[in-house]
Amino acid sequence: MVETTVAAATGGQGLWGGAWRRLKRSRAALVAAALLLLVCVMALVGPWFSAWSVSQVDWSQATLATPPSLANGHWFGTDANGRDLFVRVWIGTRMSLLVALLATLVSVVIGVAWGATAGYLGGRVDGWMMRFVDVLYALPYMFFVIILTVVFGRSLVLIFLAIGAVGWLTMARIVRGQALALRQREFIEAAIALGLPAGTIIARHIVPNVLGTVIVYATLTVPQVILFESFLSFLGLGVQEPLTSLGRLVAEGALEMETSPWLLLAPSAVLATILLCLNFLGDGLRDALDPRQRR
Amino acid sequence: MSSATPLLRVEHAGVRYVLRGGGFFAPPRTLDALTDVSIAIPEGGRLGVVGESGSGKSTLARVVLGLVRANSGRVLWEGHVVDYDDAGTMRALRRGMQVVFQDPFGSLDPRMTAGQAVGEALQALAGPVPSVAAQDRIRAALSEVGLGAAFANRYPHELSGGQCQRVAIARATVARPRLLVCDEAVSALDVSVQAQIVNLLHELSERHQMSLLFISHNLAVVRHLCEDVAVLCQGRVVEQGSRDAIFGSPQVQYTRDLLAAVPEPDPALQRARIAAARVQT
Amino acid sequence: MTADALLQVRDLEVDFSTSQGTVNAVAGVAFDVRAGECVAVVGESGSGKTQVLMACLGLLAANGSAQGSVTFAGRELIGAGEQALNTVRGTGIGLLSQDPLSALTPHLRIETLLTEGLLDRGLASRTEARERALRALRDVEIPDPESRLRQYPHELSGGMRQRVALAVALMCSPRLLFADEPTTALDVSVQARVLELLARVRDRGLGVLIVTHDLGVVAGLADRVVVMYAGRIVETATTADLLAMPRHPYTAALLAAVPRLHGAAQARLVGIPGDPPQPAERPPGCAFAARCDFADEHCAQRRPELQQDPYRVAAVACHRPLRAGTEHA
Repeated sequence: MVETTVAAATGGQGLWGGAWRRLKRSRAALVAAALLLLVCVMALVGPWFSAWSVSQVDWSQATLATPPSLANGHWFGTDANGRDLFVRVWIGTRMSLLVALLATLVSVVIGVAWGATAGYLGGRVDGWMMRFVDVLYALPYMFFVIILTVVFGRSLVLIFLAIGAVGWLTMARIVRGQALALRQREFIEAAIALGLPAGTIIARHIVPNVLGTVIVYATLTVPQVILFESFLSFLGLGVQEPLTSLGRLVAEGALEMETSPWLLLAPSAVLATILLCLNFLGDGLRDALDPRQRR
Repeated sequence: MSSATPLLRVEHAGVRYVLRGGGFFAPPRTLDALTDVSIAIPEGGRLGVVGESGSGKSTLARVVLGLVRANSGRVLWEGHVVDYDDAGTMRALRRGMQVVFQDPFGSLDPRMTAGQAVGEALQALAGPVPSVAAQDRIRAALSEVGLGAAFANRYPHELSGGQCQRVAIARATVARPRLLVCDEAVSALDVSVQAQIVNLLHELSERHQMSLLFISHNLAVVRHLCEDVAVLCQGRVVEQGSRDAIFGSPQVQYTRDLLAAVPEPDPALQRARIAAARVQT
Repeated sequence: MTADALLQVRDLEVDFSTSQGTVNAVAGVAFDVRAGECVAVVGESGSGKTQVLMACLGLLAANGSAQGSVTFAGRELIGAGEQALNTVRGTGIGLLSQDPLSALTPHLRIETLLTEGLLDRGLASRTEARERALRALRDVEIPDPESRLRQYPHELSGGMRQRVALAVALMCSPRLLFADEPTTALDVSVQARVLELLARVRDRGLGVLIVTHDLGVVAGLADRVVVMYAGRIVETATTADLLAMPRHPYTAALLAAVPRLHGAAQARLVGIPGDPPQPAERPPGCAFAARCDFADEHCAQRRPELQQDPYRVAAVACHRPLRAGTEHA
């Protein structure tokens, strides 16, 4: 209560402003955000620093796979085919992040729309909509993805859709729970009393008030998506050559673990950093967006 | 519509809820929230509906507003029976009738400023209004409830309970409704703020000839604000009449008990009441 | 004050550390509660009255800190560690909260709620505890106590829940009872019953400290009243004196704002214009000056100290207190 009265004294700042301030106070979240930013920047510009390209083979070394060294320009070493790992790691990071972001976007858009509508409408419509979600949940998604891959061939778009198609289910459930709770609040009744149509109420009153939770869960979904994509790559169903992803690199590195440990260490370190940072950031966001402002 | 026709009339309204539960094979239990309730509000008049929790007074408010469907009975607005399924009727009804709820913070969208909340009501009920004219009307509505222009940019969490309730009143009255339904609108406010808001409601009612349906469990407040009173007990109207009749000579024991239980800052009176409670048990 | 004061509060100050710095919620609060007497702390939202209660029991929020002195039966509570406080909570001081539904753990039976304090501390065996629970339920006039023991809180009505909560608070035989807005969440018709039970608690020799905004509760139950505004005490007096002859303009205005069932049904109620100042915005002078009908420039500049009345058990913090017999609406 005292927190809210103090906020009132400053006046005119929205809930986002307050959230930003709280986020800045969490050191872990700030460090995580900074590190993530660094990773993203490296993913974009990293390959330019190196003389090598992603599929260029270096025949000049004694063996194809060489450990990291500053001298020969292969800062992360080379892989079993003689390709520079530094470049491949950052190209792979690009791919993983792209897949993660796009797939998360798809799952957020579908999940929020589905969940908000089901939670708001309630009753039988809610029942049918969520049973649909339950059925999809129960399907073994790996079979789903494999069948799709067989039918449509391996394409990047397919990866996005497959991952997004799985990711939206949890988001829908979470948003539906929030929407159900919001439905009981008096400001929703007031909006109904104004005669606003259901679509407007959902878009204008329900969705903005669940956005806090959605953002938090989205940052926690991204690691799951990256791992899922890595898993697909591990099985050979994911991104294909010459493109690569962190998952593929980890898979390839795992095979050569005993002879060339750097092949596993470099991509794993980047992957682990991304996942850890996203988790810390997600925690920080959850605390920052906590609607304790509601009395 | 003659001046004798009441603005709002509820005739024999009944609301029955079917409760689930009680096992797979048990017959559904029912709860009668309202039974055979009839009230009338004249144009510009103020009706207080009093009762304890569970008496059905909030249900009555929601039936009138169309937020809850009555299973029996009917509602007449300006002399015509209301068809709550007809979109055209409902649009006109909403313009004519608005509501202020109990929880000052809960009744405002936490993500909208006061100005946005009032603006949304304006556009929904009396729109479309071009944005410059809308800004003027929003500012006028806020100032009429005692809030300066600076409040338009404030969020609910930056306002006190009384200020939030004023915003809620501004939102409800910006389109000049003919009836304002107040569902325990002052019950969550401090005594000194409650007095301000009651005065505001009285002033708005007089100035705009706006009728009030004032739902409350606080009989003393109702006595100050409303000319007519209806007493609800477990979903039924047990007594109805003018303020003087109800407060001066209550006919039904339930009403007398309710009056006797209202706390007053008078030590002699209160101690007598407490002693009487001792005797009862 | 006197030697037999169960609870002595001196110079109590409560601060909260927030993102905007330290905010002061309560300052300079001092009062006593004796055995067999009921003291009411009255104030509106933001007056800090609930924080006073929380500070005494060490129940402030994580970012709150209390300074000053609160002695219960000679033991200092401010700054005492959790273990020391736990010996006082329940057995020394009982707490009755505002909302019985949230104060009683929903998934526990009434019997468990009543006996857990005794059993955890090893103060009674299971059968003894059950006997005492039955007796406690009879004391608060719950009909058919045996079957109630097996019920859950949601199966009871609001008034009964509050009475059970009172029984729980009294189970370990405390000497002092704290009640935080005990009748606010209840219907009017059951308020008198609960107040009667609290009166009986006081008559049995316990001290009772009630925090409330309801002057009707004060009138019926309290022996002495402490009025708080913006975190400070503005007036203390016996109940009769306070209600008949308020000295502080805020007290008088508060009394005038209460709608009455008797007397003329005036169309306008007498509200207090404006709002209480936010904790961060308290002026250097009297916090009520901006809303006071009688204030002058001196009031706005220098904060009045609480002054004892030489003739009565009363004190008021005002540069221009009302004289007896002043008409105030």
